[in-house]
Amino acid sequence: MLFGIEWDTSDNLTFAISILPILMRGLWVTLQAAVLGFFVAMVLGLVLAALKAVPARIVSWPTRVIAEFLRDTPLLIQLFFLYYVLPEFGLILPAFLTGALALGLQYSAYLSEVYRAGIEAVPRGQHEAARALDLTPRDTFIRIILPQAIPRIIPAMGNYLVAITKDVPILSVVTVLELLGVARIIGDRTFNYLVPLTMVGGIYLILTLLASYGVRRLDRSLPKTGIPLK
Amino acid sequence: MTDPIIKFDAVGKRFGSVTVLDGLDFEVAEGEKVTIIGPSGSGKSTILRILMTLESISDGVVYVGGEPLWHERKGGNFVPASESHLREMRRLLGMVFQSFNLFPHMTVLRNLTEAPVRVLGLSRAEARERGLELLDMVGLADQAKKFPHQLSGGQQQRVAIARALAMRPKIMLFDEPTSALDPELVGEVQAVIRQLAEEHDLTMLLVTHEMRFAREISDRVCFIDGGRIREEGAPEEFFTNPKEERTRDFLHAILADN
Repeated sequence: MLFGIEWDTSDNLTFAISILPILMRGLWVTLQAAVLGFFVAMVLGLVLAALKAVPARIVSWPTRVIAEFLRDTPLLIQLFFLYYVLPEFGLILPAFLTGALALGLQYSAYLSEVYRAGIEAVPRGQHEAARALDLTPRDTFIRIILPQAIPRIIPAMGNYLVAITKDVPILSVVTVLELLGVARIIGDRTFNYLVPLTMVGGIYLILTLLASYGVRRLDRSLPKTGIPLK
Repeated sequence: MTDPIIKFDAVGKRFGSVTVLDGLDFEVAEGEKVTIIGPSGSGKSTILRILMTLESISDGVVYVGGEPLWHERKGGNFVPASESHLREMRRLLGMVFQSFNLFPHMTVLRNLTEAPVRVLGLSRAEARERGLELLDMVGLADQAKKFPHQLSGGQQQRVAIARALAMRPKIMLFDEPTSALDPELVGEVQAVIRQLAEEHDLTMLLVTHEMRFAREISDRVCFIDGGRIREEGAPEEFFTNPKEERTRDFLHAILADN
Protein backbone atom coordinates (compact mmCIF):
# COMPACT_ATOMS: atom_id res chain seq x y z
CA MET A 1 0.00 0.00 0.00
CA LEU A 2 1.20 3.47 -0.91
CA PHE A 3 -0.67 6.79 -0.74
CA GLY A 4 -3.55 4.74 0.66
CA ILE A 5 -3.84 2.71 -2.51
CA GLU A 6 -3.61 -1.10 -2.29
CA TRP A 7 -1.98 -3.26 -4.91
CA ASP A 8 -2.91 -6.71 -6.13
CA THR A 9 0.05 -9.01 -6.84
CA SER A 10 -1.94 -12.03 -8.07
CA ASP A 11 -0.53 -11.71 -11.60
CA ASN A 12 1.57 -9.13 -13.48
CA LEU A 13 -1.30 -7.55 -15.42
CA THR A 14 -3.52 -7.12 -12.36
CA PHE A 15 -0.51 -5.84 -10.46
CA ALA A 16 0.25 -3.32 -13.21
CA ILE A 17 -3.32 -2.04 -13.27
CA SER A 18 -3.47 -1.78 -9.50
CA ILE A 19 -0.27 0.29 -9.21
CA LEU A 20 -1.05 2.59 -12.13
CA PRO A 21 -2.88 5.16 -9.94
CA ILE A 22 0.10 5.16 -7.55
CA LEU A 23 2.53 5.76 -10.39
CA MET A 24 0.31 8.59 -11.63
CA ARG A 25 0.78 10.29 -8.26
CA GLY A 26 4.53 10.01 -8.82
CA LEU A 27 4.18 11.25 -12.39
CA TRP A 28 2.32 14.31 -11.15
CA VAL A 29 5.23 15.15 -8.83
CA THR A 30 7.69 14.55 -11.70
CA LEU A 31 5.82 16.94 -13.96
CA GLN A 32 5.59 19.57 -11.24
CA ALA A 33 9.32 19.35 -10.55
CA ALA A 34 10.13 19.52 -14.26
CA VAL A 35 7.87 22.52 -14.91
CA LEU A 36 8.97 24.42 -11.82
CA GLY A 37 12.63 23.66 -12.53
CA PHE A 38 12.22 24.70 -16.15
CA PHE A 39 10.53 27.94 -15.15
CA VAL A 40 13.46 28.76 -12.84
CA ALA A 41 15.85 27.86 -15.67
CA MET A 42 14.05 30.06 -18.21
CA VAL A 43 14.12 33.13 -15.98
CA LEU A 44 17.62 32.60 -14.62
CA GLY A 45 18.94 31.54 -18.03
CA LEU A 46 17.74 34.79 -19.57
CA VAL A 47 19.41 36.77 -16.80
CA LEU A 48 22.66 34.84 -17.33
CA ALA A 49 22.46 35.35 -21.12
CA ALA A 50 21.84 39.08 -20.73
CA LEU A 51 24.71 39.46 -18.23
CA LYS A 52 27.05 37.45 -20.46
CA ALA A 53 26.27 39.86 -23.30
CA VAL A 54 27.17 42.96 -21.26
CA PRO A 55 30.25 44.57 -22.85
CA ALA A 56 31.86 45.33 -19.47
CA ARG A 57 34.08 42.35 -18.60
CA ILE A 58 33.63 42.92 -14.89
CA VAL A 59 30.01 41.79 -15.37
CA SER A 60 30.27 39.29 -18.21
CA TRP A 61 33.31 37.39 -16.99
CA PRO A 62 32.04 36.30 -13.54
CA THR A 63 28.74 35.38 -15.19
CA ARG A 64 30.58 33.11 -17.60
CA VAL A 65 32.42 31.44 -14.74
CA ILE A 66 29.18 30.82 -12.85
CA ALA A 67 27.41 29.44 -15.93
CA GLU A 68 30.38 27.24 -16.77
CA PHE A 69 30.48 25.94 -13.20
CA LEU A 70 26.77 25.10 -13.26
CA ARG A 71 27.10 23.34 -16.60
CA ASP A 72 30.25 21.36 -15.90
CA THR A 73 29.56 19.92 -12.48
CA PRO A 74 27.22 16.93 -12.11
CA LEU A 75 23.62 17.60 -11.24
CA LEU A 76 23.85 15.11 -8.38
CA ILE A 77 26.63 17.09 -6.70
CA GLN A 78 24.70 20.33 -7.02
CA LEU A 79 21.65 18.60 -5.60
CA PHE A 80 23.59 17.19 -2.63
CA PHE A 81 25.13 20.58 -2.04
CA LEU A 82 21.77 22.29 -1.86
CA TYR A 83 20.21 19.49 0.19
CA TYR A 84 22.99 18.75 2.71
CA VAL A 85 25.21 21.85 2.79
CA LEU A 86 22.76 24.75 2.71
CA PRO A 87 21.02 23.60 5.93
CA GLU A 88 24.39 24.01 7.69
CA PHE A 89 24.04 27.70 6.87
CA GLY A 90 20.50 27.71 8.22
CA LEU A 91 18.73 27.52 4.87
CA ILE A 92 16.38 24.56 4.98
CA LEU A 93 14.14 23.96 2.01
CA PRO A 94 11.69 21.08 1.50
CA ALA A 95 13.15 18.25 -0.61
CA PHE A 96 10.84 18.99 -3.54
CA LEU A 97 11.81 22.67 -3.72
CA THR A 98 15.49 21.85 -3.30
CA GLY A 99 15.24 19.39 -6.17
CA ALA A 100 13.39 21.75 -8.48
CA LEU A 101 15.87 24.50 -7.64
CA ALA A 102 18.85 22.23 -8.42
CA LEU A 103 17.33 21.30 -11.77
CA GLY A 104 16.57 24.95 -12.49
CA LEU A 105 20.10 26.07 -11.64
CA GLN A 106 21.82 23.57 -13.88
CA TYR A 107 19.42 24.04 -16.76
CA SER A 108 19.67 27.83 -16.49
CA ALA A 109 23.26 27.44 -17.64
CA TYR A 110 22.16 25.32 -20.63
CA LEU A 111 19.32 27.67 -21.49
CA SER A 112 21.57 30.73 -21.28
CA GLU A 113 23.50 29.20 -24.19
CA VAL A 114 20.24 28.65 -26.08
CA TYR A 115 19.25 32.26 -25.52
CA ARG A 116 22.73 33.40 -26.56
CA ALA A 117 22.56 31.47 -29.82
CA GLY A 118 19.08 32.86 -30.52
CA ILE A 119 20.18 36.40 -29.77
CA GLU A 120 23.27 36.10 -31.95
CA ALA A 121 21.16 34.78 -34.83
CA VAL A 122 19.37 38.14 -35.05
CA PRO A 123 21.11 40.04 -37.87
CA ARG A 124 23.55 42.82 -37.00
CA GLY A 125 21.50 45.25 -39.06
CA GLN A 126 18.78 45.08 -36.42
CA HIS A 127 21.18 46.31 -33.73
CA GLU A 128 22.45 49.02 -36.07
CA ALA A 129 18.95 50.21 -36.97
CA ALA A 130 18.04 50.35 -33.28
CA ARG A 131 21.19 52.30 -32.50
CA ALA A 132 20.58 54.69 -35.40
CA LEU A 133 17.12 55.33 -33.93
CA ASP A 134 18.78 56.05 -30.58
CA LEU A 135 16.94 53.28 -28.72
CA THR A 136 18.60 52.42 -25.41
CA PRO A 137 20.44 49.09 -25.15
CA ARG A 138 17.66 47.93 -22.81
CA ASP A 139 14.83 48.84 -25.22
CA THR A 140 16.81 47.32 -28.08
CA PHE A 141 17.15 44.03 -26.21
CA ILE A 142 13.57 43.81 -24.95
CA ARG A 143 11.68 45.20 -27.94
CA ILE A 144 13.84 44.47 -30.97
CA ILE A 145 16.17 41.55 -30.31
CA LEU A 146 14.27 39.29 -27.90
CA PRO A 147 10.99 39.12 -29.86
CA GLN A 148 12.99 38.00 -32.90
CA ALA A 149 15.17 35.58 -30.94
CA ILE A 150 12.39 33.73 -29.09
CA PRO A 151 10.76 31.96 -32.07
CA ARG A 152 14.21 30.76 -33.14
CA ILE A 153 14.91 29.14 -29.77
CA ILE A 154 11.58 27.41 -29.13
CA PRO A 155 12.66 24.03 -30.62
CA ALA A 156 15.85 23.93 -28.54
CA MET A 157 13.83 24.98 -25.47
CA GLY A 158 11.45 22.10 -26.07
CA ASN A 159 14.32 19.64 -26.20
CA TYR A 160 15.60 20.91 -22.86
CA LEU A 161 12.13 20.61 -21.34
CA VAL A 162 12.18 16.93 -22.32
CA ALA A 163 15.71 16.58 -20.96
CA ILE A 164 14.86 18.17 -17.62
CA THR A 165 11.89 15.79 -17.27
CA LYS A 166 14.26 12.88 -17.79
CA ASP A 167 16.56 14.24 -15.09
CA VAL A 168 13.83 14.42 -12.43
CA PRO A 169 14.46 10.81 -11.20
CA ILE A 170 17.71 12.04 -9.68
CA LEU A 171 15.58 13.85 -7.11
CA SER A 172 14.57 10.46 -5.70
CA VAL A 173 17.94 10.31 -3.92
CA VAL A 174 16.88 13.22 -1.71
CA THR A 175 13.56 11.53 -0.88
CA VAL A 176 11.35 13.28 -3.44
CA LEU A 177 8.57 10.85 -4.29
CA GLU A 178 8.55 11.33 -8.03
CA LEU A 179 7.78 8.63 -10.59
CA LEU A 180 10.94 6.54 -10.26
CA GLY A 181 11.05 6.87 -6.46
CA VAL A 182 7.49 5.61 -6.20
CA ALA A 183 8.24 2.68 -8.53
CA ARG A 184 11.26 1.70 -6.46
CA ILE A 185 9.26 1.72 -3.23
CA ILE A 186 6.66 -0.52 -4.85
CA GLY A 187 9.49 -2.85 -5.97
CA ASP A 188 11.05 -2.86 -2.50
CA ARG A 189 7.77 -3.81 -0.88
CA THR A 190 6.54 -6.41 -3.37
CA PHE A 191 9.88 -7.81 -4.58
CA ASN A 192 8.53 -7.22 -8.08
CA TYR A 193 10.72 -4.63 -9.75
CA LEU A 194 10.04 -5.76 -13.29
CA VAL A 195 6.50 -4.42 -13.56
CA PRO A 196 6.84 -0.98 -11.93
CA LEU A 197 10.18 -0.16 -13.58
CA THR A 198 8.93 -1.27 -17.00
CA MET A 199 5.90 0.91 -16.52
CA VAL A 200 8.08 3.90 -15.60
CA GLY A 201 10.07 3.39 -18.79
CA GLY A 202 6.87 3.17 -20.81
CA ILE A 203 5.38 6.26 -19.21
CA TYR A 204 8.57 8.22 -19.95
CA LEU A 205 8.56 7.04 -23.55
CA ILE A 206 4.95 8.19 -24.06
CA LEU A 207 5.70 11.49 -22.33
CA THR A 208 8.75 12.19 -24.48
CA LEU A 209 7.01 11.30 -27.73
CA LEU A 210 4.09 13.55 -26.86
CA ALA A 211 6.39 16.42 -25.93
CA SER A 212 8.42 16.09 -29.15
CA TYR A 213 5.21 16.11 -31.17
CA GLY A 214 4.00 19.18 -29.28
CA VAL A 215 7.26 21.04 -29.86
CA ARG A 216 7.15 20.28 -33.59
CA ARG A 217 3.57 21.54 -33.82
CA LEU A 218 4.43 24.68 -31.86
CA ASP A 219 7.48 25.34 -34.01
CA ARG A 220 5.45 25.14 -37.20
CA SER A 221 2.83 27.56 -35.92
CA LEU A 222 5.32 30.21 -34.78
CA PRO A 223 5.79 33.37 -36.84
CA LYS A 224 9.30 33.14 -38.26
CA THR A 225 9.86 36.90 -38.19
CA GLY A 226 9.34 37.22 -34.46
CA ILE A 227 6.63 37.85 -31.92
CA PRO A 228 4.42 40.34 -33.76
CA LEU A 229 4.03 43.83 -32.33
CA LYS A 230 1.10 45.66 -33.88
CA MET B 1 29.69 79.99 -45.78
CA THR B 2 28.45 79.46 -42.23
CA ASP B 3 30.01 76.84 -40.00
CA PRO B 4 29.77 73.37 -41.54
CA ILE B 5 27.22 71.04 -39.94
CA ILE B 6 29.58 68.10 -40.55
CA LYS B 7 33.32 68.36 -40.38
CA PHE B 8 35.94 65.60 -40.53
CA ASP B 9 39.26 66.92 -39.30
CA ALA B 10 42.17 64.62 -40.24
CA VAL B 11 40.10 61.54 -39.42
CA GLY B 12 41.76 58.16 -39.57
CA LYS B 13 40.04 54.81 -39.33
CA ARG B 14 41.82 51.51 -39.16
CA PHE B 15 40.46 47.98 -38.88
CA GLY B 16 43.44 46.08 -37.54
CA SER B 17 46.19 46.68 -40.08
CA VAL B 18 43.82 47.93 -42.80
CA THR B 19 43.58 51.69 -43.15
CA VAL B 20 40.11 52.67 -44.32
CA LEU B 21 40.23 56.42 -43.77
CA ASP B 22 43.56 58.15 -44.00
CA GLY B 23 43.61 61.67 -42.56
CA LEU B 24 40.27 62.53 -44.12
CA ASP B 25 39.26 66.20 -44.27
CA PHE B 26 35.67 66.71 -45.30
CA GLU B 27 32.99 69.31 -44.69
CA VAL B 28 29.28 69.55 -45.36
CA ALA B 29 27.32 72.79 -45.03
CA GLU B 30 23.89 72.87 -43.41
CA GLY B 31 21.21 71.98 -45.94
CA GLU B 32 23.75 70.76 -48.47
CA LYS B 33 23.12 67.59 -50.49
CA VAL B 34 26.41 65.74 -50.94
CA THR B 35 27.02 62.48 -52.76
CA ILE B 36 30.05 60.36 -52.04
CA ILE B 37 31.20 58.00 -54.76
CA GLY B 38 34.19 55.74 -55.04
CA PRO B 39 35.30 52.17 -55.54
CA SER B 40 34.22 49.54 -53.02
CA GLY B 41 36.45 49.45 -49.99
CA SER B 42 37.30 53.12 -50.45
CA GLY B 43 35.78 54.04 -47.09
CA LYS B 44 32.67 55.82 -48.32
CA SER B 45 30.23 53.80 -46.24
CA THR B 46 32.59 54.10 -43.28
CA ILE B 47 32.10 57.87 -43.34
CA LEU B 48 28.36 57.40 -42.86
CA ARG B 49 28.80 54.68 -40.25
CA ILE B 50 31.16 56.89 -38.26
CA LEU B 51 28.61 59.70 -38.34
CA MET B 52 25.84 57.34 -37.21
CA THR B 53 28.18 56.19 -34.38
CA LEU B 54 28.16 52.62 -35.67
CA GLU B 55 31.95 52.78 -36.08
CA SER B 56 34.40 54.68 -33.90
CA ILE B 57 37.36 56.63 -35.26
CA SER B 58 41.05 55.92 -34.81
CA ASP B 59 42.44 59.47 -35.22
CA GLY B 60 41.28 63.03 -35.67
CA VAL B 61 38.03 64.70 -34.72
CA VAL B 62 34.55 64.58 -36.25
CA TYR B 63 32.26 67.55 -35.61
CA VAL B 64 28.51 67.48 -36.01
CA GLY B 65 26.65 70.74 -35.52
CA GLY B 66 29.87 72.26 -34.20
CA GLU B 67 30.20 69.68 -31.41
CA PRO B 68 32.76 66.89 -31.42
CA LEU B 69 30.94 63.60 -32.11
CA TRP B 70 33.37 61.03 -30.76
CA HIS B 71 34.80 63.33 -28.08
CA GLU B 72 33.59 65.49 -25.26
CA ARG B 73 35.11 68.75 -24.15
CA LYS B 74 36.49 68.50 -20.66
CA GLY B 75 38.46 71.42 -19.27
CA GLY B 76 39.61 72.50 -22.72
CA ASN B 77 40.65 68.97 -23.67
CA PHE B 78 38.91 66.36 -25.78
CA VAL B 79 38.20 63.10 -24.02
CA PRO B 80 36.51 60.06 -25.62
CA ALA B 81 32.75 60.50 -25.74
CA SER B 82 30.53 58.85 -23.17
CA GLU B 83 27.50 56.82 -24.23
CA SER B 84 25.19 59.64 -23.10
CA HIS B 85 27.04 62.14 -25.30
CA LEU B 86 26.72 59.77 -28.25
CA ARG B 87 23.02 59.33 -27.52
CA GLU B 88 22.49 63.06 -27.57
CA MET B 89 24.49 63.54 -30.77
CA ARG B 90 22.70 60.69 -32.56
CA ARG B 91 19.45 62.65 -32.32
CA LEU B 92 20.77 64.93 -35.07
CA LEU B 93 21.20 62.07 -37.51
CA GLY B 94 19.06 59.54 -39.31
CA MET B 95 20.28 56.69 -41.47
CA VAL B 96 18.89 54.59 -44.30
CA PHE B 97 20.66 51.27 -44.81
CA GLN B 98 21.36 49.28 -47.94
CA SER B 99 19.49 46.29 -46.49
CA PHE B 100 16.59 48.38 -45.07
CA ASN B 101 16.88 46.83 -41.60
CA LEU B 102 13.21 47.25 -40.82
CA PHE B 103 12.05 45.50 -37.66
CA PRO B 104 10.39 42.38 -39.15
CA HIS B 105 8.19 41.67 -36.12
CA MET B 106 6.57 45.11 -36.14
CA THR B 107 3.93 46.47 -38.45
CA VAL B 108 4.98 49.22 -40.82
CA LEU B 109 3.39 51.85 -38.59
CA ARG B 110 4.94 50.40 -35.44
CA ASN B 111 8.34 50.59 -37.15
CA LEU B 112 7.74 54.33 -37.43
CA THR B 113 6.35 54.91 -33.94
CA GLU B 114 8.54 52.75 -31.69
CA ALA B 115 11.55 55.06 -31.44
CA PRO B 116 9.59 58.35 -31.30
CA VAL B 117 7.60 56.93 -28.37
CA ARG B 118 10.58 55.39 -26.55
CA VAL B 119 13.22 58.00 -27.31
CA LEU B 120 11.45 61.29 -27.99
CA GLY B 121 8.71 60.59 -25.47
CA LEU B 122 5.84 61.16 -27.87
CA SER B 123 2.46 59.70 -26.93
CA ARG B 124 1.30 56.71 -29.00
CA ALA B 125 -1.39 58.87 -30.59
CA GLU B 126 1.02 61.65 -31.56
CA ALA B 127 3.52 59.16 -32.93
CA ARG B 128 0.84 57.39 -34.97
CA GLU B 129 -0.41 60.63 -36.44
CA ARG B 130 3.10 61.67 -37.38
CA GLY B 131 3.89 58.16 -38.65
CA LEU B 132 0.84 58.15 -40.92
CA GLU B 133 1.80 61.57 -42.31
CA LEU B 134 5.24 60.25 -43.17
CA LEU B 135 3.83 57.09 -44.72
CA ASP B 136 1.59 59.29 -46.80
CA MET B 137 4.61 61.28 -47.89
CA VAL B 138 6.39 58.14 -49.14
CA GLY B 139 3.16 56.95 -50.75
CA LEU B 140 2.48 54.02 -48.42
CA ALA B 141 -0.34 55.22 -46.15
CA ASP B 142 -2.42 52.18 -47.14
CA GLN B 143 0.31 49.76 -46.01
CA ALA B 144 0.46 50.90 -42.36
CA LYS B 145 -0.91 47.68 -40.88
CA LYS B 146 1.18 45.28 -42.94
CA PHE B 147 4.41 43.63 -41.86
CA PRO B 148 7.64 44.37 -43.73
CA HIS B 149 7.86 40.95 -45.39
CA GLN B 150 4.52 41.65 -47.07
CA LEU B 151 6.03 44.61 -48.94
CA SER B 152 8.32 44.80 -51.96
CA GLY B 153 11.93 45.84 -51.46
CA GLY B 154 11.22 49.30 -52.81
CA GLN B 155 8.31 49.74 -50.42
CA GLN B 156 10.42 48.50 -47.51
CA GLN B 157 13.11 51.03 -48.28
CA ARG B 158 10.53 53.82 -48.46
CA VAL B 159 9.26 52.74 -45.02
CA ALA B 160 12.86 52.81 -43.77
CA ILE B 161 13.25 56.37 -45.03
CA ALA B 162 10.02 57.37 -43.26
CA ARG B 163 11.22 55.62 -40.09
CA ALA B 164 14.44 57.63 -40.06
CA LEU B 165 12.52 60.86 -40.70
CA ALA B 166 10.16 60.11 -37.81
CA MET B 167 13.03 60.98 -35.44
CA ARG B 168 13.23 64.46 -37.02
CA PRO B 169 16.94 64.39 -37.80
CA LYS B 170 18.75 67.41 -39.22
CA ILE B 171 21.07 65.18 -41.23
CA MET B 172 20.01 62.17 -43.28
CA LEU B 173 22.54 59.52 -44.25
CA PHE B 174 21.78 57.20 -47.18
CA ASP B 175 24.09 54.21 -47.44
CA GLU B 176 23.62 52.78 -50.94
CA PRO B 177 19.85 52.91 -50.51
CA THR B 178 19.04 51.30 -53.85
CA SER B 179 21.86 48.76 -54.17
CA ALA B 180 19.84 45.86 -52.77
CA LEU B 181 16.82 46.55 -54.96
CA ASP B 182 15.64 44.93 -58.17
CA PRO B 183 16.22 47.38 -61.03
CA GLU B 184 12.52 48.09 -61.55
CA LEU B 185 12.15 49.19 -57.90
CA VAL B 186 15.06 51.65 -57.85
CA GLY B 187 13.02 54.48 -59.35
CA GLU B 188 10.37 54.67 -56.63
CA VAL B 189 13.00 54.95 -53.88
CA GLN B 190 14.98 57.54 -55.79
CA ALA B 191 11.78 59.53 -56.31
CA VAL B 192 11.25 59.72 -52.54
CA ILE B 193 14.84 60.79 -51.91
CA ARG B 194 14.64 63.35 -54.71
CA GLN B 195 11.45 64.77 -53.24
CA LEU B 196 13.16 65.03 -49.85
CA ALA B 197 16.13 66.80 -51.41
CA GLU B 198 13.92 69.29 -53.23
CA GLU B 199 11.35 70.06 -50.58
CA HIS B 200 13.27 69.95 -47.32
CA ASP B 201 16.20 71.83 -45.92
CA LEU B 202 17.63 68.60 -44.53
CA THR B 203 21.34 68.06 -44.87
CA MET B 204 21.78 64.91 -46.93
CA LEU B 205 24.76 62.65 -47.38
CA LEU B 206 24.39 59.91 -49.97
CA VAL B 207 26.62 57.01 -50.89
CA THR B 208 25.60 55.50 -54.21
CA HIS B 209 26.69 53.88 -57.43
CA GLU B 210 23.87 55.50 -59.39
CA MET B 211 25.73 58.29 -61.16
CA ARG B 212 22.75 59.80 -62.93
CA PHE B 213 20.88 60.04 -59.66
CA ALA B 214 23.91 61.56 -57.93
CA ARG B 215 24.12 64.15 -60.65
CA GLU B 216 20.44 65.02 -60.33
CA ILE B 217 20.11 65.55 -56.61
CA SER B 218 23.51 66.66 -55.35
CA ASP B 219 24.91 70.10 -54.73
CA ARG B 220 28.33 68.52 -54.63
CA VAL B 221 29.91 65.20 -55.54
CA CYS B 222 32.97 63.81 -53.74
CA PHE B 223 35.15 61.08 -55.15
CA ILE B 224 36.90 59.09 -52.44
CA ASP B 225 39.64 56.55 -52.96
CA GLY B 226 42.16 55.09 -50.56
CA GLY B 227 40.52 56.79 -47.58
CA ARG B 228 40.82 60.36 -48.87
CA ILE B 229 38.77 62.72 -50.99
CA ARG B 230 40.51 62.77 -54.36
CA GLU B 231 38.24 65.17 -56.15
CA GLU B 232 35.08 67.09 -55.46
CA GLY B 233 32.90 69.59 -57.23
CA ALA B 234 29.48 70.59 -58.47
CA PRO B 235 27.96 67.61 -60.30
CA GLU B 236 27.88 69.26 -63.73
CA GLU B 237 31.56 70.09 -63.64
CA PHE B 238 32.51 66.87 -61.87
CA PHE B 239 30.89 64.50 -64.33
CA THR B 240 31.61 66.37 -67.55
CA ASN B 241 35.11 67.52 -66.80
CA PRO B 242 36.81 65.47 -64.06
CA LYS B 243 40.33 66.70 -63.38
CA GLU B 244 41.97 63.72 -61.80
CA GLU B 245 43.12 60.67 -63.69
CA ARG B 246 41.68 58.37 -61.02
CA THR B 247 38.27 60.01 -61.17
CA ARG B 248 38.19 59.65 -64.93
CA ASP B 249 39.11 55.96 -64.68
CA PHE B 250 36.49 55.33 -62.05
CA LEU B 251 33.72 57.16 -63.91
CA HIS B 252 34.71 55.42 -67.09
CA ALA B 253 34.51 51.99 -65.49
CA ILE B 254 31.23 52.58 -63.71
CA LEU B 255 29.49 54.31 -66.63
CA ALA B 256 30.58 51.52 -68.98
CA ASP B 257 28.94 49.14 -66.50
CA ASN B 258 25.56 50.86 -66.57
